[in-house]
Amino acid sequence: MKQEAIIQVKNVHKSFKSVHAVRGIDLEILPSQFIALLGPNGAGKTTLVEMIEGIQKPDKGEILITGKPWKGNEKELRRIIGLSLQETRFIDKLRLFETLRLFASFFGLGAERCEEVMNLVGLEEKRQAYVVNLSGGQRQRLALGVALLNKPRILLLDEPTTGLDPQARREVWMILKKLKDASATSLILTTHYMEEAEQLCDYIVIMDHGTILKEGTLHDLLGKSSAYIEEKQEYKGPPRNLDELFIELTGRHLNE
Amino acid sequence: MNKLRNSQLWQLILANARELLREPAVLFWGIGFPILMSLGLGVAFTKKKDVTVTIAVIGRNHLIHAPSDSVSVIQTFLLRNKAILKVGKDGSISRELTVPDEKLGGTKYIFSDMSWKKAMVMLKRGNLNLVMDESGSQIQYHFDPMNPDAQLTYLKFSKLMKDPDLIIRESETEIRPLNVTGTRYIDFLVPGLICMGVMMACMWGVSYDIIEKRSKKLLRRMIATPMKRSNFLVALITVRIAMNFVESGLLFLVASLVFHITIQGSVPALILFFLSGNIAFAGIAVFLSCNTAKTEIGNGLINLISMPMMVLSGIFFSYHNFPGWSIPAIQKFPLTMMADGVRSIFIEGAGFGEIMLPALIMLVIGVAFFTAGLKLFKWH
Repeated sequence: MKQEAIIQVKNVHKSFKSVHAVRGIDLEILPSQFIALLGPNGAGKTTLVEMIEGIQKPDKGEILITGKPWKGNEKELRRIIGLSLQETRFIDKLRLFETLRLFASFFGLGAERCEEVMNLVGLEEKRQAYVVNLSGGQRQRLALGVALLNKPRILLLDEPTTGLDPQARREVWMILKKLKDASATSLILTTHYMEEAEQLCDYIVIMDHGTILKEGTLHDLLGKSSAYIEEKQEYKGPPRNLDELFIELTGRHLNE
Repeated sequence: MNKLRNSQLWQLILANARELLREPAVLFWGIGFPILMSLGLGVAFTKKKDVTVTIAVIGRNHLIHAPSDSVSVIQTFLLRNKAILKVGKDGSISRELTVPDEKLGGTKYIFSDMSWKKAMVMLKRGNLNLVMDESGSQIQYHFDPMNPDAQLTYLKFSKLMKDPDLIIRESETEIRPLNVTGTRYIDFLVPGLICMGVMMACMWGVSYDIIEKRSKKLLRRMIATPMKRSNFLVALITVRIAMNFVESGLLFLVASLVFHITIQGSVPALILFFLSGNIAFAGIAVFLSCNTAKTEIGNGLINLISMPMMVLSGIFFSYHNFPGWSIPAIQKFPLTMMADGVRSIFIEGAGFGEIMLPALIMLVIGVAFFTAGLKLFKWH
């Protein structure tokens, strides 16, 4: 029996003045599936995620969360989504625990859940630290903790490890891996680190210029790509990783 | 109790209060600065300081000893009044005479013996404004008649010179400065400072705070939760108004201890009026910050609104100094309305009857701007 998608994105378009950020994207995300939206800056990843999280409205097309549109269901849908935005800064002069308490109150949750989350993201020792005094990695873990407060059915993380050092990045990955093992949360993660997509996600969507270039599991993507190259009679062996695949698809690197 | 602690409005109020109280600069500008300003201006304009004036004496050496052939007028004057002889490191000679005056402030006269040339140099440099020449048959006073300080020096000194014996009785003249509570500059100033403080606190504490949170994407992060949007603004305004009560209370306390300022009108009316003024400025602040995410633009907007009011609304001096045609417009500014009302309660003994209409107008201004701001409010 086919599982019902928790998120359905149907032929979605979005423009900002003359810039077509998203051009006719279709996507379905299943419960407990971890999806990576992989692409360079300007690929349309953030705009797509913002439309999924209800902050932006599509110009055309439809987005359904648990089968419901945002319009008329905002209050209900906000309760099941957790998110971490690119470059969010919390209130500098609040302590870490106070920040968790503030966001927990928006969901009607108390101190107990804040303690659990603080343990989950490994920031117990920083409980009394002001947000302004946290390192980049600690702030990102706090953002992740805030996103997890309501035990979300859908977790949206927009470039959660951008700008972090390798150690801090791995710490975030560990938390997400634990989450994958312990819950039925669905994750959409935007990134331009192919290693992140490979490590964490079981489905990868490669985007560029507001469209999906390719999607599938890591195995499917690399396999399909080889067939594509064979058709063009330019076979040079299968791409070894997503970066090579991206070069083959677009002629440039992910980080360009 | 636990329910209250977990409620989002309570947590938002706590977060705003903590953010405010943990920022020393905010406390200084909110509490310390208005108090310092009232102390500085109050002292400067309430108690007349002693004045020191230098008078150049030209001609013979009048200051050291009496010439054997004749005794000059200035010499007689200085000797009779026991003016103190001073010799500078460079050999310059002067005599000092202090004429005390409790009411208008004393005057310390320094008589310096010098040549005409040197006197002119010092005059040009502003080091003195009166030159006295007794080299001829009569005393000549030289000063710039367009210079009010020079005129005052001349008038004071020439009066003393007419009868040197009057020095002792100088403080017993008929001049009676007004120092009844309510008529002093400080009585005018403190209510104005309180109102200006409210305006600035709302502009920076509400407007700028919203713009900064928007620019940091914190607003966007917050509305991606089930947070009730109005709770955010209500918490921010509540904390700001509560803080304004504390700041203004402290300013009043210091002013009453140092300058014996009193509230001559109704205190409940003052509280009501103060609250409506706060609501007016909080509403304006929300409107001002409803759309922009750039702190530079926020800065400009805040200055655009607050600077003209600060200058025109009669905070430091009466707006009646401005041309008559502009007065009706100035009186419609929220800051003018608030300052006039608060002053009328402080100084004139006004009560509910006198302040109800302006209080209502300010309330309407606040609610109208708040509603419009909320309609146009951009959360991201």
